[in-house]
Amino acid sequence: MAKPASNLSKNVQAVGAWVDERLPVSKTWREHLTEYYAPKNFNLWYYFGSLAIVVLVIQLVTGIWLTMFYTPHADMAFGSVEFIMRDVEWGWLIRYMHSTGASFFFILVYLHMFRALLYGSYRKPRELIWILGVLILLVMMAEAFMGYVLPWGQMSYWGAQVIISLFGAIPEVGDVLVEWIRGDYMISNATLNRFFALHVVAMPLALLALVVLHLVALHEVGSNNPDGVEIKKHKDEKGRPLDGIPFHPYYTVKDLFGVGVFLILFAFVLFYAPEMGGLFLEPDNFVPADPLVTPEHIVPVWYFTPYYAMLRAVPDKFLGVMVMGAAIFVLFFLPWLDRSKVRSIRYKGLPSKIMLALFVVGFIRLGMLALGDGTPIQTLESRIWTAYYFAFFVLLPFVTKFEKTKPEPDRVTK
Amino acid sequence: MSETDLASTQPPENPGRRRLLIWTTGVVGAVGAGLAIWPFAASWKPSAKARLVGAPVEVNIGNLEPGQMMRVVWRGQTIGIMRRSERMIDDLPDLNEKLADPQSEVATQQPEYAQNEHRSIKPEYLVANIHCTHLGCIPQVLPEVEAQPFDAEWRGGFFCPCHRSKFDLAGRVYSGVPAQLNLVIPPYHFVDDSTVMIGVGPEGAA
Repeated sequence: MAKPASNLSKNVQAVGAWVDERLPVSKTWREHLTEYYAPKNFNLWYYFGSLAIVVLVIQLVTGIWLTMFYTPHADMAFGSVEFIMRDVEWGWLIRYMHSTGASFFFILVYLHMFRALLYGSYRKPRELIWILGVLILLVMMAEAFMGYVLPWGQMSYWGAQVIISLFGAIPEVGDVLVEWIRGDYMISNATLNRFFALHVVAMPLALLALVVLHLVALHEVGSNNPDGVEIKKHKDEKGRPLDGIPFHPYYTVKDLFGVGVFLILFAFVLFYAPEMGGLFLEPDNFVPADPLVTPEHIVPVWYFTPYYAMLRAVPDKFLGVMVMGAAIFVLFFLPWLDRSKVRSIRYKGLPSKIMLALFVVGFIRLGMLALGDGTPIQTLESRIWTAYYFAFFVLLPFVTKFEKTKPEPDRVTK
Repeated sequence: MSETDLASTQPPENPGRRRLLIWTTGVVGAVGAGLAIWPFAASWKPSAKARLVGAPVEVNIGNLEPGQMMRVVWRGQTIGIMRRSERMIDDLPDLNEKLADPQSEVATQQPEYAQNEHRSIKPEYLVANIHCTHLGCIPQVLPEVEAQPFDAEWRGGFFCPCHRSKFDLAGRVYSGVPAQLNLVIPPYHFVDDSTVMIGVGPEGAA
């Protein structure tokens, strides 16, 4: 008589083989996890990609749940959000997870992008990964903006008013376009309904598709690393990169640890500062939308502020909108603007380091300036940083081409 | 050779330590996941608003004539309050042999204080959830003693048009019809002689 345990495992194996003949489960598992070799020298900066996926999942789950209780109608939306906060069991937690998650999504993605800037992760052959990433950022911005409109508070209403009016800056077609987006002569229920549909169905689908493409492209060429050297140059006799380790179990365990630390931070904000002093959820949005009264201090949520500062810095409506658009658009060209012999900041010259440091300072300062009152000095500083933002991209090809770089190591370093 | 050979194919140096780590991580993770699921599952329960709408209702029955029934809605259910005449009350025991559960032995169908011959606190008043216990339709109320197409010896009661279930004037189900259970008696009590509170029993229990 056979032992029951071995019988069971035989049966499991048989089912597994049956599925594998029809669906490449274990092949996919191997190609993307156990036999996907990632550089062994990943550091702290390499947490943010996987954490962004964790937050994406949080957003999807909490979003689905919020949809169960929210009413997409101008007369009822605000009330239904209050209903979620007060009457639905644990509704406040689910809603705060979603609103806090949105801000954390941007924090993680901005850090993830900074990692790419640091180590030249956008360079050949990873241009498409970068481009797909910028598209993800764009979709996230649209998603976040439309999500912010749904509670139908004062900031929802007037934020929508301002952002949609930006399209009115386009010559000739502007006014018609704005009317078409709103579906009415003002921001109204029609606008709210289409934003709801886009926010809960269209944009998440696009976001998921882009994330999948981002990962497929990444796994096709393999990850970059802090040294910016290609690990595929040195392989063992079995064709495995000498400086690579299997993603599973090594990086799954590492990322799991990161998820633990992240969730502690996330929970802390969630429970003690979900509105983050008005940065994550603005006080004016706890007042129902009123088409007759504009809030005194109208600013976008923090993750849009650097671009908003650029808009305010330009004393011309059309040019301002163009500058703001160009600030995102220019990112697409980054892979071809960096002409350095080396990828990583570790081996680039001092000018590159200073330029990148200033770029980060400028981005943060712009974000802070957008929250200010717009005094003449603040406006001047906004203009300087806006100019520098673009100068960074204009100077990049020249600086990276002519600066003296340190020699790249042959293999990755510790 | 390279460290790559340390890949998962090699046994760990200290298997006991690894087993402990994997199990503690797994268990703590599972507990965390379980706790995280709770708010999402709990959010499906009736909201505070729904519970408020489902609060007890107070009904004035002072104007009910003998043989008359009024309807009120409690938690979306139609509750019938009937003032039974002497004839109706006296009739109840005579029907016993035609019924599926004449003694109201199925405890889920009424509170203890209504588990009696007339299925009510006061014999005169029937307070019942009149949705048919088969598939939830609302039966017709035919209180008079008169021959019916479905029953030549009809003594008055409830007749469900959906699947022809029959109940007597205490909400007791006839045998041989699709419904198997007596009409549900909701928790209720008398605030005074002419006021009924539906949703709360005499001892305050819901």
